[in-house]
Amino acid sequence: MEITLSVNGDERSSDVEPRRLLVHHLRDDLGLTGTNVGCDTSSCGACTVLIDGESVKSCTVLAVQADGHAVTTIEGLAATASGNGAGGGDGAGASTGLHPMQQAFHTEHGLQCGFCTPGMVMAAVSLLDEHPHPTEDEVRHGLEGNLCRCTGYHNIVRAVLTAAGEEVPS
Amino acid sequence: MTATEVPGAGADREVGSGAFGQRLLRKEDARLLTGEARFVDDLDVPGALWMGMVRSPYAHARIGNIDASEAKSMPGVRHVFTGHDLRPSWADSMPCAWPVTDDMKSAPHWPVALDRACYVGDIVAVVVADTRYQAADAVDAVVVDYDPLEAVVDLEDAASDRVVVHDELGTNRSYTWTLSPDPEAVDRAFAEAAHTVDERYVQQRLIPVAMETRGVAVVPGVYGGDITVYSATQIPHILKVMIAATCGVPEQKVRVIAPSVGGGFGSKLNVYAEELIAVALARQLGVPTRWTEERSENSVATIQGRGQVQHMELAADADGKVTAVRANILADMGAYMQLVTPGIPLLGAFLYHGVYDVPAYHFECTGVFTTLTPTDAYRGAGRPEATYAIERAMDTLARKVGIDPAEIRRRNYIPTEAFPYDSIAGLTYDSGDYAPTLARALELVGYDDLRAEQQRRRDAGGTRHLGIGVATYVEMCGLAPSRVLASLNYSAGGWEAATVRVLPTGKIQVVSGATPHGQGHETSWSQIVADRLGIDPDDIEVLHSDTAISPHGMDTYGSRSLPVGGVAVAMATDQVVTKARAIAAHQLECAADDLELVDGELRVRGTPSRSMTLQAVAFEAFSAHDLPDGLEPNLTAQVTYDPPNFVFPFGTHVAVVEVDEETGHIELLDYAAVDDCGPQVNPMIVEGQLHGGIVQGIAQALWEEASYDDEGNLRNATLVDYYVPTAAEMPTFKLDHTVTPSPTNLLGVKGIGEAGTIGSAPTVINAVVDALSPLGITDMAMPAHPERVWAAIRQARSTSAAAGEGAS
Repeated sequence: MEITLSVNGDERSSDVEPRRLLVHHLRDDLGLTGTNVGCDTSSCGACTVLIDGESVKSCTVLAVQADGHAVTTIEGLAATASGNGAGGGDGAGASTGLHPMQQAFHTEHGLQCGFCTPGMVMAAVSLLDEHPHPTEDEVRHGLEGNLCRCTGYHNIVRAVLTAAGEEVPS
Repeated sequence: MTATEVPGAGADREVGSGAFGQRLLRKEDARLLTGEARFVDDLDVPGALWMGMVRSPYAHARIGNIDASEAKSMPGVRHVFTGHDLRPSWADSMPCAWPVTDDMKSAPHWPVALDRACYVGDIVAVVVADTRYQAADAVDAVVVDYDPLEAVVDLEDAASDRVVVHDELGTNRSYTWTLSPDPEAVDRAFAEAAHTVDERYVQQRLIPVAMETRGVAVVPGVYGGDITVYSATQIPHILKVMIAATCGVPEQKVRVIAPSVGGGFGSKLNVYAEELIAVALARQLGVPTRWTEERSENSVATIQGRGQVQHMELAADADGKVTAVRANILADMGAYMQLVTPGIPLLGAFLYHGVYDVPAYHFECTGVFTTLTPTDAYRGAGRPEATYAIERAMDTLARKVGIDPAEIRRRNYIPTEAFPYDSIAGLTYDSGDYAPTLARALELVGYDDLRAEQQRRRDAGGTRHLGIGVATYVEMCGLAPSRVLASLNYSAGGWEAATVRVLPTGKIQVVSGATPHGQGHETSWSQIVADRLGIDPDDIEVLHSDTAISPHGMDTYGSRSLPVGGVAVAMATDQVVTKARAIAAHQLECAADDLELVDGELRVRGTPSRSMTLQAVAFEAFSAHDLPDGLEPNLTAQVTYDPPNFVFPFGTHVAVVEVDEETGHIELLDYAAVDDCGPQVNPMIVEGQLHGGIVQGIAQALWEEASYDDEGNLRNATLVDYYVPTAAEMPTFKLDHTVTPSPTNLLGVKGIGEAGTIGSAPTVINAVVDALSPLGITDMAMPAHPERVWAAIRQARSTSAAAGEGAS
């Protein structure tokens, strides 16, 4: 089937099998391998992307279902930083080439092996978009759909609170 | 931050820009945060064919006819291979590097099973197709006739040999390994004991769940005869050797690259069938091959951790001073020996007396085959099991003696002045100071107030019980002195290699044989070198994980990277300095000893205007126009460091839980950990290792278990069913540390990758048992999920009700 997606601001047209998952379309057809696959049951969240600004696990979406929609992947996140105000923060992305959420994960050591990180960052951006000033508990529950095996979530939670400009527990 | 810092730690380092010890942000982060990093499945491998594995749905079955005709007729399908088709490809069966006893029994383990499948997930055929979807479709179309045999799932049942996994062995009991320096002393201690503890603990099987599943891509040089293997592995160096041995490829033609690797936790410390099949087929077909594991495939086809039944006994005097430890272990090998399967329980063999000064000791372990996925290293590997047993048993002893769990520990700790401590199990603990970690951990949670609150709740008779759990651990890590490994029958050494190379422009390359997959070696190694040379860590690049770039290495596991690999980096740096001194002394016409290295400059002491930058020295080494006679024109040093001993990090963890009597639900209210890994290169990275490690131990205590039915089917093979904790269940951790350097290495450092996992499981279960002890509950199996806790509470209630009736 012929589909056209806006991916990170670029129009991308492709002919895809109807059963092709969006995550495989992004990775294998469009070469955007930053979005990872960590499971086969939509449990881990490693494949989280934004569709029209909302976080979606891209392994639960067929590529054809995304036809006509705007997809943002980790590769395109930094470019959105000035426009959508996602994450609050201090606009550090302008100087470092990172979105404020990416920057916060860096400064708070919110990643180790980095495999869950693109999905975790996208989920966190979406979380702050909906709840710009979350409590620690809201961050923890807001990220329930994303698994990390390295960090114990401690520094991920700190990173999201930092990006939101909220007080970070010591 | 540091409550109980040991004076003088690290103070003997003459050089040091201060980069050592800083919370330097990680060099690795940018590529991982932006999607630039390349994991195996991200690689573009032109012309690669996709492999799909046909796996046995039976835990134990004879393999009959394999009909691949339908699969072969499907679009894009190129080949289907059976075990017999591929048998000529193997120069040897799959490697086990640790035959722990001379008479250990094991069956040959072929990458593709020949006539019998021995666990659900055992590979029986391989499909090769143009795309991953086509390979997956074709796997389902291969029709295999199985003649099912009886499965054996329960470890004690397997040990009885009621059903034998491998006919040719005649038994499931692979080996018995004993460490019993003085059996009569143990018997005597038990005979004379005022108190004894006799308990049975089960270490349930765990699925490691690295977030990146395994994957491999192999590119053959058809005309060059070489082969490049990309694998999601912790051990590219070991894998290279094993590929040569198993596939019969000349080792000098093999290059193994571990690109970005998404976690391992021991599960990628192995040589797997799929890696070998990919190599064999790439050579045979003359095109690249690749495979990426699916998650539900990972659950059955990647090694699992733990799997032990422990019989733990203590003897103690009237004051609760432990006089003997006796541990008898059954260890689940699974269906086959993987790379280090039989040795995993023995990494705990020396630690069943933990941090306590115990005069008599007996350890025995029998390795047993079952028809389940092979076990092997999982974070801590043998040491969490040992620590769990001794720390649970110490709490039981405290109850019997009638003293506080903190007090029983204080009475038994190895005294600080006894270090280096020769243990009854034959180890020499390098350094330790346990009591301060206990004191600080208790302080962090407000222990005395919690005990008071607990008593108030008990007096009030509510249904939400407060429990406080304590555990102090010590572990042996920094694997490992090669001679000690030899005494344990391990086939390889435990050294690590490092090269430090000052380039003509003064920038530096560090080549490490350690293979990071999330631990941040690029940052920490840069700090070690920058500190010693007085330069900017950003002027250093750390190269690793590619056997063509880093030809010598023993890779990353067993909390060895820093105390072995990092120490090698420091030693190589110092050798570079020695060489630089010789060149600078020649140029400056002074004695090498008159030079001091300050801020990246070699200066004549007392005359700082006479100096040469390291950069200038490096260029002299490069141009080689005027070097001292006999000095080779380079500013490079290579070190292979074999540690003289293990290192022994330690710490105390305290957990506070609330157990709801009505539902069995456990809430973790607070968690404090005070750990000691000696001087910390980067405290931020140390804390991160602890956070993640602690959660993995908590998860064993409360949630995780590879659950099998009687037929050997894994009931929770997906992440829907296998409960990996999320952010929502975890509290914010309270960490602190003490600093007790190891006297055995140049940096005084100890490993920290596994410590959190080793300390946390007994801490949490001790807290749960503590909470429920007023109900008469003295034991709780792992995982302590609500159903199990609720059932235990019900059982305790009915027991006490029956006792009440009997009394009336």
